[in-house]
Amino acid sequence: MSASAVADAAGAEAAPIQSPARRALRRLIRRKGALVGGIVVLLFVVAAIFAPWIAPYDPTATDWAAVRKAPSAAHLFGTDEIGRDVLARVIYGARASLMAGVISVAIAMCLGVPIGLISGYVDGWVDGLLMRLTDAMLACPFLILAIAMAAFLGPSLTNAMIAIGVSATPIFVRLTRGQVQSVKVEDFVEAARAVGNPHRRIAFRHILPNVVPPLIVQATLTTAAAIIAEASLSFLGLGQQPPAPSWGSMLNVAKNFLTQAPWMAVWPGLSIFLVVLSFNLLGDGLRDALDPKHR
Amino acid sequence: MLTFLLRRVAVIVPTLLFVSFIIFGLQQLLPGDPATAMAGEERDPEVVAQVRKLLHLDEPLPVRYGYWIAGVVQGDLGLSLRIQKPVSELVIEKLPVTAQLAAMAFAIALIIGLPMGVLSAVKNGTAWDYGANIVALWGLSTPNFWLGIMLILLFSVHLGWLPASGYVSPTEDLAQNFKAMIMPAFVLGNAIAAVMMRHTRSAMLQVLSSDYVRTARAKGLREPKVIGKHAFRNASIPVITLGALELGQLLSGAVLTEQVFTIPGFGKLIVDAVFNRDYAVVQGVVLVTASAYLLLNLIADVLYVVANPRLRA
Repeated sequence: MSASAVADAAGAEAAPIQSPARRALRRLIRRKGALVGGIVVLLFVVAAIFAPWIAPYDPTATDWAAVRKAPSAAHLFGTDEIGRDVLARVIYGARASLMAGVISVAIAMCLGVPIGLISGYVDGWVDGLLMRLTDAMLACPFLILAIAMAAFLGPSLTNAMIAIGVSATPIFVRLTRGQVQSVKVEDFVEAARAVGNPHRRIAFRHILPNVVPPLIVQATLTTAAAIIAEASLSFLGLGQQPPAPSWGSMLNVAKNFLTQAPWMAVWPGLSIFLVVLSFNLLGDGLRDALDPKHR
Repeated sequence: MLTFLLRRVAVIVPTLLFVSFIIFGLQQLLPGDPATAMAGEERDPEVVAQVRKLLHLDEPLPVRYGYWIAGVVQGDLGLSLRIQKPVSELVIEKLPVTAQLAAMAFAIALIIGLPMGVLSAVKNGTAWDYGANIVALWGLSTPNFWLGIMLILLFSVHLGWLPASGYVSPTEDLAQNFKAMIMPAFVLGNAIAAVMMRHTRSAMLQVLSSDYVRTARAKGLREPKVIGKHAFRNASIPVITLGALELGQLLSGAVLTEQVFTIPGFGKLIVDAVFNRDYAVVQGVVLVTASAYLLLNLIADVLYVVANPRLRA
């Protein structure tokens, strides 16, 4: 062993041992794009939570003396077709969008991860059956399936979130199954099986924790897709119902006043773009930080 | 090759069967009595009874599915209760409009995505690469209905160059058809271009580090020839087949794009059907979309095997 190698080994011993989560967090913070994305997402979350204190006006209060007013000191983002403050509606709209993003992904994960875990772990006809069902759901384009489900369930934000969550489920089934199939042949799983652990314990205690990192990445990226899907459903009139504010429904109304009040279309769209871009940047950064192949 | 084809078709059949279960199952999501829900606002008892008879709602669920799937297999997707026309006729009427929009959008995605991906890979790590990646991220993060509204604001309201909405059949006036479709096609192709750019970039990076590209350079070939003839030709095969898988996104996007630009296609058909509570049309459109998606996936798989001799064994 050379002198430098000995010195390296000594240095490595002296360095404090970091947990994998802390190492991933350090790598994530080093990525500027992910950091900016994370900060913007955090700002939107803060705006959504503290909307009643931040918003300058009540988002549903109409003012017939201020119909379609251009941005000014009184109304920074202007007003809409019935005199409501666009800034207040954009701030409150963040609630619907972020809630739809988070709850839809939670539904998709609650359904998709256990199904993927069973499918990948059990194999055989159970796997075949679950995969055909997943393929069938993947064959129906995400938004079209969500529109169809929202149509049958009835238009509301809750139903839109259910429709988006169920439509996004196959992505998590596929991902979990693939990850489980590669982890279950690892030596530590063999060892857990050899010492007599029951299947349920092997699946949940030994395999599941090892498939979490790619699931976190996918959840972040799917949140971005779910926010666009909610905005799309609301734009079509199948999501958040008036007068409650939502970026998608604001754009639906704004398209009828493009010549008279273009600002009505700019701000909600820009908000969707910013929050989706930030989730995508955060997702890309998380992938680099959590996936050993990307290091 | 024949074995491969048979194996792929054998997988598609049960998938289609499950698709039919899901689409038929959608009807069960209707709250309360489906016949009353489908009969519309007036809830005329005669209409309710007619709907009940038409959809065999008095029969057990498996029997109803049997009636429905037997019709579907024979090309009968049901009857639109609002328009009083067979759903299959409506689908055939609207499909060419969406097919034209999708084809133009895919062409735009290729024209933008492929050169950007090649440039990004060839200039890896430079400002060009970062620039192309930013454009791709923009494409992936922009909701297409918002992009559509912004383009209408610029090109129709301010500049007055292109029509804001409407559709002219290409058989009526080709130039007007192009003017009406170019903006929606760009809006729809924008996100796919970003995906194509990312696929092209990663495929090109892989190919550019391969032995045969190194050999081509060692022979003294000029760089444009190395990239164009040796690298891109090989990288484009997986890119085009992967691009074909984006059809689902194209069809989803078409729903919104057609709504923004008031194009009377497949997407507008499903949205109008949703608001008219014309559930047979909703089911028919989802079924045709899913079947088209599976068929195009099959074609993409076959093309991939045809183009790559190593997979034929």
